[in-house]
Amino acid sequence: MDAPLLEVEGLSVDLPVPAGLLRTVRDVSFTVRRGETLCLVGESGCGKSMTALALLDLLPRRAVRGVRALRFAGRDLDRLGESAMNALRGDRIAMIFQEPMTALNPAYTIGNQLVEVHRRHRKSAASAARERAVHLLEKVGIAGAARRLGQYPHQLSGGLRQRVMIAMALMCGPDLLVADEPTTALDVTIQAQILRLLAGLQRELDMAMILISHDLGVVARVADRVAVMYAGQIVETGTAAELFAAPAHPYTRGLLACIPVPGRTKPGAELGAIPGIVPSLVGDLVGCSFRERCAHAQTICAADPPVRTAAAGRSWRCVLAA
Amino acid sequence: MNAAPLLEAHGVGRVFTVGGGVFLAKHRLQAVDSLTLHVRRGEVLGLVGESGCGKSTLAKMLLGLLEPTAGSITFDGVDIRTLDRKALARRIQPVFQDPYSSLNPRKTVAAIIGLPLKVHRVGAPATWRAKVREMMALVSLPERLADSYPGQLSGGQRQRVAIARALIMRPEIVICDEPTSALDVSVQSQILNLLQRLRRELGLTYVFISHNLAVVEHIATRVAVMYLGRIVEEADTARLFAYPRHPYTQALLASVLTPDPSQEVPDTGLGIAFPNPLDPPSGCRFHPRCPKALPLCSTQSPRSLELGGARVECHLYDTESVT
Repeated sequence: MDAPLLEVEGLSVDLPVPAGLLRTVRDVSFTVRRGETLCLVGESGCGKSMTALALLDLLPRRAVRGVRALRFAGRDLDRLGESAMNALRGDRIAMIFQEPMTALNPAYTIGNQLVEVHRRHRKSAASAARERAVHLLEKVGIAGAARRLGQYPHQLSGGLRQRVMIAMALMCGPDLLVADEPTTALDVTIQAQILRLLAGLQRELDMAMILISHDLGVVARVADRVAVMYAGQIVETGTAAELFAAPAHPYTRGLLACIPVPGRTKPGAELGAIPGIVPSLVGDLVGCSFRERCAHAQTICAADPPVRTAAAGRSWRCVLAA
Repeated sequence: MNAAPLLEAHGVGRVFTVGGGVFLAKHRLQAVDSLTLHVRRGEVLGLVGESGCGKSTLAKMLLGLLEPTAGSITFDGVDIRTLDRKALARRIQPVFQDPYSSLNPRKTVAAIIGLPLKVHRVGAPATWRAKVREMMALVSLPERLADSYPGQLSGGQRQRVAIARALIMRPEIVICDEPTSALDVSVQSQILNLLQRLRRELGLTYVFISHNLAVVEHIATRVAVMYLGRIVEEADTARLFAYPRHPYTQALLASVLTPDPSQEVPDTGLGIAFPNPLDPPSGCRFHPRCPKALPLCSTQSPRSLELGGARVECHLYDTESVT
């Protein structure tokens, strides 16, 4: 097997807040291979978006990133200067955000914005960049693409704007696409269309993708591999098939029990619940961060839990064997 | 379950005028179009549809917060326009989507929950505190939070406050407009469990508006599907999810992503173009996206058809259309 496209080892993100140091991402490690989709799943505040922003060096100014190793296609991203990172971002690594209205510039036509990406990274002629923009808009299913180039973001619907964002991310044919909740703001029918489109393009272009979502339905359908995050840590990883068939960590099990599944959950029956709230991430956390809410908690959970490994790429952070 | 309807909408319509700046033309937006619907005592009516279909406009009209521009709404057989605003508010209450914006940040939890008692002057002020405490216990809010402000609460706790405020006057109907959409998965299940328990304990009737079909299937006893201001299909929950008739309902159900890793993201078969509500399509409003459209669908509006206790608006099921 060849080396993974992206290797992240020991990533942490700290934010200074009045109460102390908010440790939003704590010792996160994962790899992504070419052509593979990794889903980061978890609830608000678990650190999944911060992880994505940290990879692209797009963290808020006050945030401090620490990492033992961060390699992308053989390059050490941690040692890369700002201009080299700028050259990489939008070219080899692209990102799609949740809210396309805030990610697109309202003062420029979508044509301007699409063309700029290509011209900047590829030093291409305007006509070539324009041709590529039309080609990609058609590819993401926008009818009358050439005419759309002259439109401003506010003239498009939410679903169309998200398609434009996808087209923009693909302008330079990136090796890695990071998508942060790309369909959360959209209607269910549009969500299905956009996800189907992303999955198809990813396969066709052999891109690697990191998809961030809180929606277990989305994750199950799109992911090759899944990393479940809780309180800034990855608490469980595995292939989508392994993780949904036999979740090992009590948090993953709890999450899956919370959602009604048509055909499996009896209508009107009591749904599973996870009592309590996420612990404060200010300062150091010792022991299992889930123990206060866990039905299986024991006294040893007050110490840092072991990382159990069942197979290559299948592990969880818990004293329970499975 | 076959009691007389408690809340009924008779051919209700609502038109908004949008635009109309100095140089801009005014546009007429028909958010809800001659819609007929009833809610029976004790049931949970799920109302599903995509953004802009008019479900929140309908909710506001059912609550008496917005006047219909056509048709009428009756509560227990009485036109709500003839009812006093306060009298109606005692019997029908809302729970909104965002517990961050629907609670006054400068009032304490106890003051927010007790406000309806003050407005309606229920009993002596000395008894209010006890009533609020009782209500907090009912929605499982710890008593120590009584003097906290909404900003100090989690999303789930805020939604419990909103539910307690809605229930303190012991209404008969609660209109829940996307009550769990802003919440995390683990909190969503707690709120759904709470709503189910309250319904059993207090004999409540819900109108449950949501775009999450798995949640609607779980909680509703009957479902109405809205598309561009019309109810295109209505049936008992089990029947609607097992045998969806309208092509739009079929597409909606197909786009539900169950957590099943052996399946891919489904193809809904819908074109991408969601119609502009300012310029709705002729004939059946769904025809430009409909994979099963007939030539007549673009010219003639479908009738509302009664089919064994269910209702559907589609030419495919109209024997007079399909011959």
